[in-house]
Amino acid sequence: MSKVVFDAIVVGAGPAGNSAAYTMANAGLNVLQIERGEYSGSKNVQGAILYSDALEQMIPDFREEAPLERHIVEQRIWMMDDRGHTGMHHRSDDYNEDLPNRYTIIRAQFDKWFNRQVRDAGATVLYETTATSLLRDPGGQVIGVQTDREGEGFYANVVVLAEGVNGLVGQRSGLRSELRPEDVALAVKEMHFLPQETIESRFNITGDEGVVIEAMGTITDGMIGTAFLYTNRESISIGIGCLVSELSRIGKDSPYQLLDRFKAHPSIRGLLEGSEMKEYAAHLIPEGGYRAIPDLVGDGWICVGDAGHFVNAVHREGSNLAMTTGRFAAETIIMLNKRGQACTKKALGAYRQRLDDSFVMKDMKKYKDVPRMLEKQGSTIMDTYPRLMNGAAQTWFRVDGRDKKTKENEIVKSAWRVRGLGLLGDAVKLARAWR
Amino acid sequence: MRIFVCIKQVPDSAQIRVHPVTNTIMRQGVPTIINPYDLFGLEEALRLRDRFGGTVTVLTMGPPMASESLRKALGYGADRGLLLTDRFFAGSDTLATSYALARLIEKAAEEEGMPQIVFCGKQTIDGDTAQVGPGIAQRLGLSQLTYVSAIDEIDPEKGSITVRRRADHGVQVLTSRLPAMITMLEGSNHIRRGTQSDVLRAAQAKITQWNAAAVGITDLSLCGLRGSPTVVKRVFAPAARSEKADMIPATGGGSATAAALIDAIFARQPALEEDLISAAGGY
Repeated sequence: MSKVVFDAIVVGAGPAGNSAAYTMANAGLNVLQIERGEYSGSKNVQGAILYSDALEQMIPDFREEAPLERHIVEQRIWMMDDRGHTGMHHRSDDYNEDLPNRYTIIRAQFDKWFNRQVRDAGATVLYETTATSLLRDPGGQVIGVQTDREGEGFYANVVVLAEGVNGLVGQRSGLRSELRPEDVALAVKEMHFLPQETIESRFNITGDEGVVIEAMGTITDGMIGTAFLYTNRESISIGIGCLVSELSRIGKDSPYQLLDRFKAHPSIRGLLEGSEMKEYAAHLIPEGGYRAIPDLVGDGWICVGDAGHFVNAVHREGSNLAMTTGRFAAETIIMLNKRGQACTKKALGAYRQRLDDSFVMKDMKKYKDVPRMLEKQGSTIMDTYPRLMNGAAQTWFRVDGRDKKTKENEIVKSAWRVRGLGLLGDAVKLARAWR
Repeated sequence: MRIFVCIKQVPDSAQIRVHPVTNTIMRQGVPTIINPYDLFGLEEALRLRDRFGGTVTVLTMGPPMASESLRKALGYGADRGLLLTDRFFAGSDTLATSYALARLIEKAAEEEGMPQIVFCGKQTIDGDTAQVGPGIAQRLGLSQLTYVSAIDEIDPEKGSITVRRRADHGVQVLTSRLPAMITMLEGSNHIRRGTQSDVLRAAQAKITQWNAAAVGITDLSLCGLRGSPTVVKRVFAPAARSEKADMIPATGGGSATAAALIDAIFARQPALEEDLISAAGGY
């Protein structure tokens, strides 16, 4: 094979890789993208919520063509105990706007569409091809990638590692260490088909409106984790995930058993009734936060998306960070390309600067202490408080001939009994981690 | 050798859904694949090219998106992809399809020369008729070698070929003349993994697209729905089986598990038990 040197090779075709490849190809760079799946999206797993802003930055009119399911008009946050939930619902007709802010999507379809835009922009995309290692020159500069297909490898001025949470190229090449169990969550998810009308009546929505439920509580057996339920057009995505360290330390049940229990929970059961499960998937989510972010650039390589641990676990954001980091990396490479500058570690450092100046790193830094706080307070937050809250709600709402003062006292006592002075400490710790 | 391979883009049957009301296949959002039976022909074609040199051209008729299947075939190592696409072809049955493909092959042969072998899939997984290959052979006057499990001998110079063909009660060994139309049996080979240069070339290749007029089809009454005497009267989904799978625990060791398995089979198939007992001359 004659040795073609691409301007850039992008490893992976998820939101980060597609954003990077699209942005660079659109700027006229000669881009090669390598995806191990049969097509972009075939191996990609997410809840999935699409945040418009990150995509709009690249494809302003994406709503015209992209396969979107429903725009979110209602968000429910539930604290669950074994028998019920107490929560907050937020719904507004304001979300029925011309350019909605959040959508549910089905990644297999959405990613395929996004990747089509990458190809139309002029990038060369290889599927069913797994990048296995980085090729380096004698000086250590990365000059390309080797794959699992026969051949001498592909060459480029820079390699964008958008290979996802468990990116093997970066790990094998020593660019980042193996995942630590406390930095990564294992989530399982199912897709349940229901007729459109059933979904709309069950969730009190019409047209393309959608509802999102995020839940935590005793459903995870006291392990640090959350569950979700998202409405798609003709299906419901439902899932649950816990930190791997917790699953191995505490885990009485495997993740899919947790999901079965969640599905059977009295608050959820009715929403799924009569549905047909059509798909199941499992995925790792990098939730270690700011402190888990590895080196992001080196001589001839740059790291984006899940591979760089860009997930804001508190706000359930990830794909938007993937897209934004992908775009920032691409724009950095485009700038160097136009200047005729080599993609050295120093030159690529501009990417880190852009991240620091943007919401990406600001948000990552804001919640940098949350993982540690959770590590220590996990079962209190996931088990004790949800039980307290649901118990308190029952005491408050039941009318049983007792006077209200007595009830208030009972609620305060029940909290005091369980946590005592710890209540104050928990509040302080939470506030600190949140700050 | 000059070899043509006809392929069809079909919905991935592993991911297909049937519409609950109309019972039609819901193709939207369902990934497409190359008809798996076609890949045995493609691999056999590539093996012949490995031995004798020459070219492998992949052809299909379908909507514009069928070019993706051709691209994939190039990724396996084929040399050229040709797509025949025209709205006049919509609704084609096997008669109209084999007509259109025969014209496509003739047109391609004008450019590249007549192929010595045209490979087709044994059948498709969405239509299951196994008629298109023979239809092409008939129209082009090619020797017809269907259900071939192996090519024993081939002499491109002399134009002779000997194959093994699966028949109802055994294997036929047939010697015939080239050019031939061959449908390969499943399991006769395994599609190779293209090299880096194959997939790179495939990703960057331009797929030639022709419409009906480009391949010289002027009589549109032979095409698409109009050219298709087959009429679908009714589509229905088979009722779900009431029988559920039995799980037989393998706890009691190999022979106990085997015995339990045989008991379970005989419980459902008493006739089989009797047949086997009488065949064995009693217990």
